[in-house]
Amino acid sequence: MKATTTFAAGLLTASAALAETPVLTVYAGDYIVSEWGPGPKIEEMFEAECDCDLQFKPGDLLPRILLEGERTEADIVFGLNTDVTKKARESGLFASHNVDLAPLTLPIEWEDEIFLPYNYGHTAFIYNTERLAEPPASFDALLEAPDDLKIVIQDPRSSISGLATVLWVQSVYGEGAEAAWEKLAPKILTVTKGWSESYGLFTDGEADMVMSYTTSPAYHIIAEDDRTKKAAIFPEGHYFMVELAAKVASTDQPELADDFLAFTMSEPFQEMIATGNWSFPAALPREKWPEGFKELELPEKVLFYSEDEAAALRDEAVEAWRRALSR
Amino acid sequence: MAPRAVALSRGSAAAWAAGLAVAALTLGPVAAVLLRAGGWGDLGPGDWQALRFTLLQALASAGASVALAVPVARALARRRFRGRGALVALMGAPFILPVIVAVLGLIAVFGQNGLANGALRALGLPEMTIYGMHGVILAHVFFNLPLAVRLLLQGWLAIPAERFRLAASLGLSPWAMFRALEAPMLLRIAPGAFAVIFVICLSSFAVALTLGGGPRATTVELAIYQAVRFDFDLGRAALLSVIQLALALAAGLVALRLGAGSGFGAGLDRAHRRWDGQGPVARVLDGLWISLAAAFLLTPLGMVALRGLPGLAALGPGTWEAAVNSITVALVSTALCIAWALPLATRGGELVGLAGIALSPLVLGTGLFLIVRPYVNPFALALPVTMVVNALVALPFALRILRPEAEAVRAEYGCLALALGLSRWAWLRLVFLPRLRRPLGFAAGLTAALSMGDLGVIALFADPDRATLPLQVYRLMGSYQMQAAAGAALLLLLLSFGAFWIFDRGGRVNADA
Repeated sequence: MKATTTFAAGLLTASAALAETPVLTVYAGDYIVSEWGPGPKIEEMFEAECDCDLQFKPGDLLPRILLEGERTEADIVFGLNTDVTKKARESGLFASHNVDLAPLTLPIEWEDEIFLPYNYGHTAFIYNTERLAEPPASFDALLEAPDDLKIVIQDPRSSISGLATVLWVQSVYGEGAEAAWEKLAPKILTVTKGWSESYGLFTDGEADMVMSYTTSPAYHIIAEDDRTKKAAIFPEGHYFMVELAAKVASTDQPELADDFLAFTMSEPFQEMIATGNWSFPAALPREKWPEGFKELELPEKVLFYSEDEAAALRDEAVEAWRRALSR
Repeated sequence: MAPRAVALSRGSAAAWAAGLAVAALTLGPVAAVLLRAGGWGDLGPGDWQALRFTLLQALASAGASVALAVPVARALARRRFRGRGALVALMGAPFILPVIVAVLGLIAVFGQNGLANGALRALGLPEMTIYGMHGVILAHVFFNLPLAVRLLLQGWLAIPAERFRLAASLGLSPWAMFRALEAPMLLRIAPGAFAVIFVICLSSFAVALTLGGGPRATTVELAIYQAVRFDFDLGRAALLSVIQLALALAAGLVALRLGAGSGFGAGLDRAHRRWDGQGPVARVLDGLWISLAAAFLLTPLGMVALRGLPGLAALGPGTWEAAVNSITVALVSTALCIAWALPLATRGGELVGLAGIALSPLVLGTGLFLIVRPYVNPFALALPVTMVVNALVALPFALRILRPEAEAVRAEYGCLALALGLSRWAWLRLVFLPRLRRPLGFAAGLTAALSMGDLGVIALFADPDRATLPLQVYRLMGSYQMQAAAGAALLLLLLSFGAFWIFDRGGRVNADA
């Protein structure tokens, strides 16, 4: 009986303690929250220093927060992409991050007051050195390659990396984007809904090259000790992709949210995110990157559209892709 | 006619309630999305092309599935051999696979690097490609041929054995027997099977895109996805989903008209025996159809299993938890779906039920989210919503399976029940449910398997701590864990098939007697 009472009292104390712990609600992409994503590590690291309860809520980030509007319970949104930030910014649902941007080590200038980068990569075609000993040395060479070189890409209408691909072609070829797609069309084995399906087809040996990121080989090097997967680096440049976090204006935990955003810029977080999310850390000099990442070849030229440019060009770039591939 | 009407009216209150629930769960979300959007949107530049492609591929896929199912189901109905029951059950498995798993299985067989091209290369023949319109149809036939075969096979088994006996004693030739017994049955069953498959193919998205080879293979569902996820253009999403719904209901109406006509009346439940088709040519032909269908349907499944085996060891605790969640969801969805389907197993009910698969899951999810959000936190509702939506999505299949026999039971035994003054409960317990045992088992098995595999609307209702297995497969693939994903896919296949087998077995007690 006594044991039961003590146990019950213990439970009461525990739940009282829980009730007092402030909760930071973070909306994040599904791939972040999963047990192989960076979510669990972020939660562990931040809770060790914040005296709070960080709760990830997975799912469709932007549609969800736009549907919820100011009634959202989110304090932080984690995992947005520049190609959708315009819509997010216009909603007025996000507040300034108040973080000093000086430590950023991005290959481009970044002066956004709302969206804070935490990691980045570039679009790139990944190939298997055992299957393709000499990959095309440039985008032009890829366009001129024989048609039995097969590539898989993602649909720009259903996938962020697919959208980055058409913006990449747009920024390399401009007016000639449609003609470039036309040359590429016979080499495109298929177009998938998302990145996972494409990458699965590539690792199954269906295609010679897959549209992915410059950071993809790091996974194979570090997790599988496999150095046969490489990114083909093109002198025309590679399109920059960055992942962003932001504070929700209606948050009931503004200080915790600020602390969290500052935490994403800290060295421990930045060291973890490279292998946690298989991307380049946004605020960490190259000499501090994990070993596998230092081996990666980096593009010399980085292409990027600001969100206004991207929004203005998006429909045109997708239409050029659609028309060329529909023929 | 009068007694049948009485039997029907007994269930009419329940039928109305069930029908209204379907209408509320489909039209409600569309209305919520429309209200939020503030009106209909405009169609985009590629939408008409998408609509054309969607219709074309759905017509071709449903036509091919049903046409191929006729000889296969006939062969299975005429032949008795060792392992037939297991083969019939196994051949149903593609239908219940999650899309991504099935597509990777198909590619392992028909892809650039697949078994088929390996064989062609070895023989010095030119290689084939699966990517294109034909690949989309091939995949849809792979998914839906099993359903069509089972629906038709059930039609064959529902012809009372006495009719075949009578035909044999009248000395009917095989052709005359086909015309007198089998053709009328086909005319009654096939349009419904065609309609339900047509409607599934209407909302196809990932299959059509991946195997279609690019934007030529854009479907309406992709346009809806784009409108909701990328453009946040809810008005356009609502418009597109209503177009999709209208197409599905039109197909349902046509099928209802074509599939009208009564069955063969009641029999004495004797074991089936066929006097036709015993010649060597018929035997060889039947054997050929069965082997071809089995090879086509089972080889990709074998590849899924083969690729998944090494990954089974790599499965983390999260995947096992997801498996338990999936089983719970599947069992509750099944109970819900069957309870929903029984009162709706009428002509009108089947048409109403079609709405469940015709509505875009994304619009359904968004609408439900908008409806419940002011009252409850959607995260807390992830699993309940999944259960209800799975039941709704499986409803058309359950109805297609149950309706023909439910109507036959009502027509044949309604008078007797009335004469005996059976109470509603006694009617259900003594007549209706026992006579529906076989289709009920099949319907429950299919629902359980579909709910195990279906991703449905979970995207907006995701629960951080309770993933289902299909979601887990996608999460694994999204984190480069391709091998573990293959393992999780195999686990999903085993669970789906296990659930299907157990329920279906319960209902098939006399199928091969």
